[in-house]
Amino acid sequence: MKEAALRHLRQVPRRLLPSVMTCAVIFLFLATPVPGQVDSVEQLSYPPLPDIHITQPTRVILDNGMVVLLLEDHELPTVQVSARIRTGSRLEPADKVGLASLTGTVMRSGGTTTRTGDELDDFLESKAASIETGIGTTAGSASMTCLSEDFPEVFAVFGDVLRNPRFDPGKLAIAKNQVMAGIARQNDNPDGILSREFTKLVYGKDSPYARVESYATVNNISRQDLIDWHAKYFVPNRIILGLVGDFQTEKALDLVKRTFGAWPPGKPFDDPIAPYRTSTTKKVYYVEKSDMTQAKIVIGHLGLTRKHPDYHPVVIINQIVAGSFGARLFSNIRSQKGLAYDVDGGIGFGWDYPATASFSMSTKTDTTQAGIDALLEEARKIMETAPPTEEEVHKAKASLLNSFVFSVDSPGKLLGKFLTYEYFGYPSDWLVRFRAGIEKATVDQVRKAARTHIKPDQFVFLILGPRQGTAPALARYETVEELDISIPES
Amino acid sequence: MMSVPAQPTTQRLFIILLFWILCFPPVSEGIDLPSFEQRVTEYTVKNGWTFILVERPVAPVFAFMTAVNVGSAQEGTGRTGLAHMFEHMAFKGTPRLGTKNYEEEKKALEELERAYLAYQEAKLSSPSDVQRIARLLNDYKRNRQAAAKFVKKNEFSDVVEREGGVAVNAFTSADVTGYFYALPANKIELFCYLESERFLHPVFREFYEERDVVMEERRMRTESRPIGRLFEQFVVTAFTAHPYHHPVIGYASDIQSYTMTDAKQFFETHYVPSNMVTAIVGDIHPETLIPLLETYFGRIPAGPQPPALRTVEPPSIAEKVVTIKDPAQPFYMEGYHKPAATHPDQPVFDAIDDILTNGRTSRFYRSLVRDKQIAVDAGAYGAYPGEKYPHLWVAYAVPARGVSNETVQQAIREELDRLKTEDVTDEELAKFRTRAKAGLIYSLKSNLGLAMSLTDYHTLFGDWRELFRYIQRFDRVTKADIRRIARQTFVESNRVVAQIKTVTPAVPTPTPSRKGP
Repeated sequence: MKEAALRHLRQVPRRLLPSVMTCAVIFLFLATPVPGQVDSVEQLSYPPLPDIHITQPTRVILDNGMVVLLLEDHELPTVQVSARIRTGSRLEPADKVGLASLTGTVMRSGGTTTRTGDELDDFLESKAASIETGIGTTAGSASMTCLSEDFPEVFAVFGDVLRNPRFDPGKLAIAKNQVMAGIARQNDNPDGILSREFTKLVYGKDSPYARVESYATVNNISRQDLIDWHAKYFVPNRIILGLVGDFQTEKALDLVKRTFGAWPPGKPFDDPIAPYRTSTTKKVYYVEKSDMTQAKIVIGHLGLTRKHPDYHPVVIINQIVAGSFGARLFSNIRSQKGLAYDVDGGIGFGWDYPATASFSMSTKTDTTQAGIDALLEEARKIMETAPPTEEEVHKAKASLLNSFVFSVDSPGKLLGKFLTYEYFGYPSDWLVRFRAGIEKATVDQVRKAARTHIKPDQFVFLILGPRQGTAPALARYETVEELDISIPES
Repeated sequence: MMSVPAQPTTQRLFIILLFWILCFPPVSEGIDLPSFEQRVTEYTVKNGWTFILVERPVAPVFAFMTAVNVGSAQEGTGRTGLAHMFEHMAFKGTPRLGTKNYEEEKKALEELERAYLAYQEAKLSSPSDVQRIARLLNDYKRNRQAAAKFVKKNEFSDVVEREGGVAVNAFTSADVTGYFYALPANKIELFCYLESERFLHPVFREFYEERDVVMEERRMRTESRPIGRLFEQFVVTAFTAHPYHHPVIGYASDIQSYTMTDAKQFFETHYVPSNMVTAIVGDIHPETLIPLLETYFGRIPAGPQPPALRTVEPPSIAEKVVTIKDPAQPFYMEGYHKPAATHPDQPVFDAIDDILTNGRTSRFYRSLVRDKQIAVDAGAYGAYPGEKYPHLWVAYAVPARGVSNETVQQAIREELDRLKTEDVTDEELAKFRTRAKAGLIYSLKSNLGLAMSLTDYHTLFGDWRELFRYIQRFDRVTKADIRRIARQTFVESNRVVAQIKTVTPAVPTPTPSRKGP
């Protein structure tokens, strides 16, 4: 800022130069469009950003094993609480798929032993506060937002929800009703079908990372299952609690201790490893969906975890492939060829299990073939025929490093990251390591990582769309397996 | 609306301080009120472009939102989707960004447009002259390839992203076109350079390629999703005269036939500085920023305000019903015509919307989802498709498995009728007010969110201060107001129904594939 302002001031007096100057000189000054204004990006220079200070939260472990992270933020009179619970749908039995998610829903909607769900709703909404719970694939979560004047009162209720849910049968019925409706509607949205079926093809259809609820598995779930699930996993030594907002750390910690300190720990146990397929073979799959004017295409295979030694070079690859509007997929398939509005791709990262690596797009049915070819071409280019150039790597690194400040630009965001690192066992200076890793990565490392981690011989091809229009594209392949996505009635 | 300030004005705002004291006695202790007031500066560049600057030095970053007071409502027949198309073109660069040789490119683009106009003219006026059309098509395609050679792809966005820009994007609605991103705080001059260049001399390169991209966007959002198809049918059915009746994305035939010339004309008419407002929120310093704004944005010539829309939607005299028979699961919605958001009764609609649909204690949730268990979600779109002009308040319900649209329709009507005959409770009114005030506080946490709110209110009311003033009006909403508005609004002749009725897909839905030129 300072430099820019100074340059501006330095140039202003030019306008006051006496009019006796030679024509040549005057011409020179007329050519300078407006004092202080640059006329290309290259002429801009930027003052250095202040060193980014990453505030470490206060970390306390209660006697019962609960880990607590606290970060003060007094900008606005609000408090946010966020907890991670060591559980997840990948741990549920195959015949009760949906159990973890239902437990997460009804913990909150069903109320506690001292407050019905409806009373909880009334209380929270009258204070413009919220408490929500849920269980995803790899973790449970609980969150709370309130104005700071209500913090002690709302936090007590938050504790009650985590510790004493009543699992009201009526609220369970409502939650099941919602899951059933979701199953009935699962083939209405093309994006939903594509990601669900692709996930099954990559991880294996029975893998906990791919399977989805059916009417049968939901019908198998009883209220007692929810009670048992909660009792097994919701114990203080499996919980990481994060607080950020307008409070004094000492006082907030007292409040945490009063709410959770007397909660006895559970007996420690290890969670089983959820199985998944570790490699795929090249094959083409098709899903018929007649009410579309486009085909959706995805090709890919298993991706990586962030713990992989190639993590930083691969982040750079992703940036080059589809990290921005100027990235390869966007420029070549969208802007130049006009083949798609949405096009995406890259090697996905999971925290503790591999995500998927994929290239995907939607295109009118007439250009299904052109679309598949374009995606394959981009995959081959980045790995061998047109590996990342020095300029591309440089630009990707600049983009990642220059935007780094946005990963730490609010205390709330920062706390969320620390919770994640703590939960998945990453070092607390992971952010700093990230930046250093990007800085250090070389062009050769990036190229090598692209050759290693994009494997066209393992590509699963999935095409979704109307038969008419996509047929010529599919006819090119010797075998195409058509997937049945009809919904079993029971 | 013709006023272009004779000289730049800087205003410090004291109204906010006043407002916070009036409205937030119970929750204001944590907010440093005077410092919040100090953070807001309004500045209008000499050409009429207004800037709202909010100092929020929480982190060394800032975000901005530029709102142009033009949306799809400003398009005419044959030009639907043009506002959105221009939004896409605003990413294509300038004479200095996005080209390998602008002098040559400029000529090539002129040639291309000449060739396209000739081709289109022939196609529309003498469709039987197949040979001529084929020749002109070839000529157009050759010129398109020639122009493409000069393009440096996506260099504009590339610069932003290379310098650390995030959330680079834009949107078009029926009312407004918005452009936004966030940058590290030391790149404020880059923002000034890029965002002024962008609207000083946009270059319409890759126009015809981008038309194909927009066509794919239409196929994806509207044609290939049941809800997309339904919403389009809903809006085209709902409005008789007002341009709100055409879809924001535009009709397929218009997308495939509007020209660079059309887009340029649209740009010149609507993208005048006095029709634009930018909010910048974050780690900024108005005293050094304002000279930069004047230097960069001041280069854009002032222009006349675009003409105001004349057409007013006539009162609805008949219920309209549109039913799509589709393989998808049922979905039900019913809209009611209502006045523009600037109407004095808008706070009453806000109260109705909150009481009926906000959260698990709302009347819709408790009736349809909790008690009757006939829907898995029920709510409302408070302003559809826009809010600047008279529009629709739209209730919707997602029926539970095996439940019909008629069942959820009946439950929705019961709730609407109840508002006409019974007063809402004191608790409901109190909750509405509390949540609105808390919502405003929560919304101050995000640079981009705050920038968007400020420009929204400024565009709608002509004054961003309304963001903070507006909810004062909520205190004056009475139970009688709610009854009055319910009686006036929720009547059959004022209603538009749209629904999906499930049919098993024995016959494939006829969806002709469309070929681009």
